Amino acid sequence: MKFLGEKGVRRVLAGIAFSAISALLLIALFIIKEGLPFIISYGPIKFLLSSDWQPQAGKFGIWPMIVASVWVTLGAMLVGAPLGVACAVFLTEFVPRRVMGVIKPTIELLAGIPSVVYGFMGVMVLAPLIRSQLGGPGLSVLAGAVILGVMILPTIISISIDSIQSVPNSYREGSLALGATHWQTTYMVTVPAAKSGIIAAIILGMGRAIGETMAVIMVAGNAVKIPISALDSVRTLTANIALEMGYATGQHRQALFATGVVLLVIIMILNSLAGMSIRKKAGKR
Amino acid sequence: MNNKIEIKKLNLHYGKFQALKAVDLPVGENSITALIGPSGCGKSTLLRCINRMNDLIAGVRIDGRVLLDGRNIYRHGLNVPELRKRVGMVFQRPNPFPLSVYDNVAYGLKVAGISDKDRISQTVEGSLKGAWLWDNLKDRLDKPALDLPLDQQQRLCIARLLAVEPEVILMDEPCSALDPIATMKVEELMLELRKKYTIAIVTHNMQQAARVSEYSGYMLLGDMVEFDLTANIFTNPKDSRTQDYITGRYG
Repeated sequence: MKFLGEKGVRRVLAGIAFSAISALLLIALFIIKEGLPFIISYGPIKFLLSSDWQPQAGKFGIWPMIVASVWVTLGAMLVGAPLGVACAVFLTEFVPRRVMGVIKPTIELLAGIPSVVYGFMGVMVLAPLIRSQLGGPGLSVLAGAVILGVMILPTIISISIDSIQSVPNSYREGSLALGATHWQTTYMVTVPAAKSGIIAAIILGMGRAIGETMAVIMVAGNAVKIPISALDSVRTLTANIALEMGYATGQHRQALFATGVVLLVIIMILNSLAGMSIRKKAGKR
Repeated sequence: MNNKIEIKKLNLHYGKFQALKAVDLPVGENSITALIGPSGCGKSTLLRCINRMNDLIAGVRIDGRVLLDGRNIYRHGLNVPELRKRVGMVFQRPNPFPLSVYDNVAYGLKVAGISDKDRISQTVEGSLKGAWLWDNLKDRLDKPALDLPLDQQQRLCIARLLAVEPEVILMDEPCSALDPIATMKVEELMLELRKKYTIAIVTHNMQQAARVSEYSGYMLLGDMVEFDLTANIFTNPKDSRTQDYITGRYG
């Protein structure tokens, strides 16, 4: 590095950083360029709200997929948010720091398990269980929600832990000194003080759930229809793109890019909500 | 005068380090007792033994007795939250909760399971009056407590304490984050509170001890070097180490 000099190193690093950002920008631009003209020419309302998805017949309504994504994601939140937040509260407030030092990295390791493995577990264990115990095809909204709920646990837990740990100890002391028990202190002072960080954690988990593809393809069944019960088979927005992109051409291909645009917008909205929640906390302190 | 609290032969170890060495201390009822001494002498640690706040620190061992109304608070089976309702604490840095003024004062009542709205709002009013905050804050009860100036935050912490009707108030350098005028106000408040409560205060400010307290204990390296009427400590100390400290030769 000596031959580069101080300024040279700076420039190289800036170039690398910039190329990462530009890759992101290029992907976004490419998807929008490919998808947006289709949305406009096909008609955004017809595209988003029609339930007719028949690519061979030139009908591209993604409403069933939007509904499916929403249900699967909400279901995942129902599973993941309470478990994740409760786990984070337990680990920060009720477990010695030493134990926490072992458990937190383990939980973060969960995030490193490939999604196809989660999907595999879903297909082999969860779906048959649902089929035999509750009926229906097994591959369903419920299976997708449970698998996704587990997959987003690491995100929710580790961000919630960070935010609960950043609550000043003086709040806890103040509460205990007033005769509050440990648990009262936790739910009346500590958790509310960490609220915005916990909300951000849940929103980021939601973003992960909505964007997850492989595991959902494997366990949700992929039927293009609006689900009536949690046991129905559904196809999410992400699954739709992944399943059909391989052979799609022409307008069909453009419609899949347009589906990508919809996903991109949803995830951008979720991320900015999470960012707003975190900034609100920073402003309050 | 009755002793509300009597500390007898109290030893405290942090791991291998002995922070308190066979300390004795009486705290008289409805009086102010000051603990003075250089930083690190154990005065805050001693204060935090009286409401068992040291229980929160891992690796602390305590032996000896702390009698509150004649009963040892380190006895087996004592309900620690109940003890802390009787023995409240004001901290060095004001630490109101990130809630409204009202909710801060109402906190102790909610913790105690009181849900009667009228009773809560009466207590909030009474406590804020008791801490001389009512006139300042009566129209801003829903304002975030963290937006108040520091001295009002500290008096809010005192009001929050008064709401749970403690018998003893422990103050751990309550004015160290405040400017001289705010300090004066808090000191006047202490003199007023003394009429109803028993107060023990840790201070590194000798003038403060001289101004507010009846009794003072001088501590050094975990030892209670001298305990006497404040007037005697400051004018006629018996121990040469106390003399060195109060005349400014040490500490």
